[in-house]
Amino acid sequence: MTTSPAPPAGPSVPATTRPPVPDPATDERRVRPAGTAGAADRAFGAVARLSGTAVLVITGTVGLFLAVQAVPALREAGWGFVTTQAWDPGAGPFGIAAILFGTVMIGLVAIVIAIPFSIATALYISEYAPAGLKRTFISLVDLMAAVPSVVYGLWGVYFLQERAVGVAQWMSVYLGWIPVFEVPGRDPRDPLASLTDFKSSIFMAGMVVGMMITPIMTSIMREAFSQAPQGEREGAYALGATRWGMIRDVVLPFGRGAMIGGTMLGLGRALGETITVAMIISPVFQIQWTLLAKGGISVSSLIALQYGEAEGLSLSALFAAGLALFLMTMAVNFGASVIVNRSRSGAASEA
Amino acid sequence: MSVDVSRPGVPAQGPAPATAARRTTVRPASAQADPAHEPRRTLSSVRVSDVLALVGSALGGVALTWTIFTQLAPFSGRLGAVVVWYGCFLGLYAILVSFDESGQAVKDRIAGAVVHSFAAVLLLVLGFVVFYVVVRGVKALVHLNFFTRDLSVTGPLEPLTSGGVVHGIVGTIMEISIALVVVVPLGLTCAVFLTEFPGPYARVVRTVVEAMTALPSVIAGLFVFSLYVLILGFPRSGFAAALALGVMMLPIIVRAADVVLRLVPGSLKEASLALGASRWRTVWTVTLPTARSGLATAVILGTARGIGETSPVLLTAGFGASTNLDPREGPMVSLPLLAYELRRIPEDAMIARAFGAGTTLLLLVLVLFVVARTIGGRGPGVLSPRQQRRAAKRSADDAARLAALAHARRRAEQAPVLQPWERDSRLDLAEHDLGQHGDGPHDDGPHGSDDKTP
Repeated sequence: MTTSPAPPAGPSVPATTRPPVPDPATDERRVRPAGTAGAADRAFGAVARLSGTAVLVITGTVGLFLAVQAVPALREAGWGFVTTQAWDPGAGPFGIAAILFGTVMIGLVAIVIAIPFSIATALYISEYAPAGLKRTFISLVDLMAAVPSVVYGLWGVYFLQERAVGVAQWMSVYLGWIPVFEVPGRDPRDPLASLTDFKSSIFMAGMVVGMMITPIMTSIMREAFSQAPQGEREGAYALGATRWGMIRDVVLPFGRGAMIGGTMLGLGRALGETITVAMIISPVFQIQWTLLAKGGISVSSLIALQYGEAEGLSLSALFAAGLALFLMTMAVNFGASVIVNRSRSGAASEA
Repeated sequence: MSVDVSRPGVPAQGPAPATAARRTTVRPASAQADPAHEPRRTLSSVRVSDVLALVGSALGGVALTWTIFTQLAPFSGRLGAVVVWYGCFLGLYAILVSFDESGQAVKDRIAGAVVHSFAAVLLLVLGFVVFYVVVRGVKALVHLNFFTRDLSVTGPLEPLTSGGVVHGIVGTIMEISIALVVVVPLGLTCAVFLTEFPGPYARVVRTVVEAMTALPSVIAGLFVFSLYVLILGFPRSGFAAALALGVMMLPIIVRAADVVLRLVPGSLKEASLALGASRWRTVWTVTLPTARSGLATAVILGTARGIGETSPVLLTAGFGASTNLDPREGPMVSLPLLAYELRRIPEDAMIARAFGAGTTLLLLVLVLFVVARTIGGRGPGVLSPRQQRRAAKRSADDAARLAALAHARRRAEQAPVLQPWERDSRLDLAEHDLGQHGDGPHDDGPHGSDDKTP
């Protein structure tokens, strides 16, 4: 009406074409747009905002409160905290060099074990498994991801460690020429030597942690693989690709982001794993490249093992170690979420 | 084009030379074979030669491994034998397949074999982890006192017929309940905030929450220990442990609930807003009920994670041998912590109790998981048959009521004199009636169940 090019014919014309003016007294409640409604909505918005802030404060100040407690130890140790290998707070020098090394090594061993298994299982469930069994396998893997770490720990200590010493020995005998697999002070030809040298090692801990993180990695990768577009799959088949050719050229490129991101999330969990490592490892505060030999330590297992006797400076030192772990896992997790979100599959997946 | 069908046995030879003017197409002989004699095609994707190749290379691998281990090399050990056999098997399989397939197909077969075997190994090992712990735990579980007694009067040498883990069960339940009471309202409200009030602030909250999802549990324990025990000066207690578990579970629940709420179809919310419902009402009667099964799954899976965590309880509540019903002070042990502490005592009975505690925990997680799967199997807005029937009945009721209302209104409008305030009050009544109805049984979900997420 108002955009009509014709000049206004007079004051009476628009008045007649306009719909009858609603009576504000009767209709005000009904035409009110949503969102501007009364006090209840404003209160709702305020409560929602408040809860968001509360969650932000709770999760955002974790690092802060660790740092507060860590200050005395960090002041005492100075920069040596990063480079010292020994851990003797209160009586001698202490630092996290060996602890961080152990943490990273356990994480790496776990990841090296978990990657092939999780990729293969994710591919199997999304591409090869019979349609009737798919849901069962998905549930099984998700359930295994929820199994408490202490259960994996019990299995690791009482079953895997007893069986896997043979593997570790085999590796030290035949692969001992690679420095990482060497076990110093041990004669590989001595059949009577005890196998306990191979127990409680970084390798053992990494193996159990690897088993533990595999389901969660599988779950993330499977999610992405199964979202690979049907059209592209059929296109690959139509061009004569075999099933593996299709997987290699469609599914894997599509899920690459989830594969990297899932691996990093698994690494984050492996770095922070406490109880499994504490149950297996025997603490040695020394950078020890020989992964198969007894001894090693990780930040979280250090906290769990030494927490009981710690007070004063040594407690503060544990907080400082925890702060280092916190920063490390946050960095890994941020990296993972950035990679997942930028990938093609990540736009829709929840990984 | 005409097809010459009068000469059945003649093989293809191009156009007939005699009739120069007419080009005749002759069908190839194979196509003219009697359909009755045509061999039946197998539609199965599995061929006999494939199976034979698999079995043959497996057997060949066994023979080769035996030769290597007993005749050629100084190898020993069962696991080594399996690894060597696997290598031999793959090699032989590749050779066998390459006899009658192209290179691409060989790669395909090998990749398929590798994927299948790795997946089988992983699924078997994971199944075995559970099996092993349960089998060793059953020894303790068969004694009923395991579920009715605690360890306050049981020494390390006492047999399994005395003592139990009831303090761990009680502690676990109390801690997780307190944590849920704190975390569920806060977490769900925060998830609603993230989806309903998008903006830069919500993005910041979401980013931080996502990063915290993988917060190591020991860090959550240290955080609560620092804030609650060291700074605020409260004693270590079950409540502190519940807070630590809550800090760990909060990001997990917020994130999962956020994902579920984002899946609620926008058309449902818009329909509600278009009907004049306020934002708060839309969330309460449309968004949350629609996503209810997903939200329940989010909470239950978060609970399953929290229930199995050891280190927050270790740091903030500590280990005790007797039942503690007071969450405000004193050590309050949980099942995973119990399993961790008991196995440090090198006595068979204690280790059996540790496995028993682990099995009990595993059963709890399994129950939670099955419950989550049962109620969370459907996507948002998808109703169970019972809910669908109820929704249909409500729709019919509403339709009848609205028809009656419209009828009454029409009659009222036809009435000779109607003052504006009278009409207003009647409408008001009608709206009131609708609103009342919407509060109660509507929380089963929206009426339209066919509005699924893509």
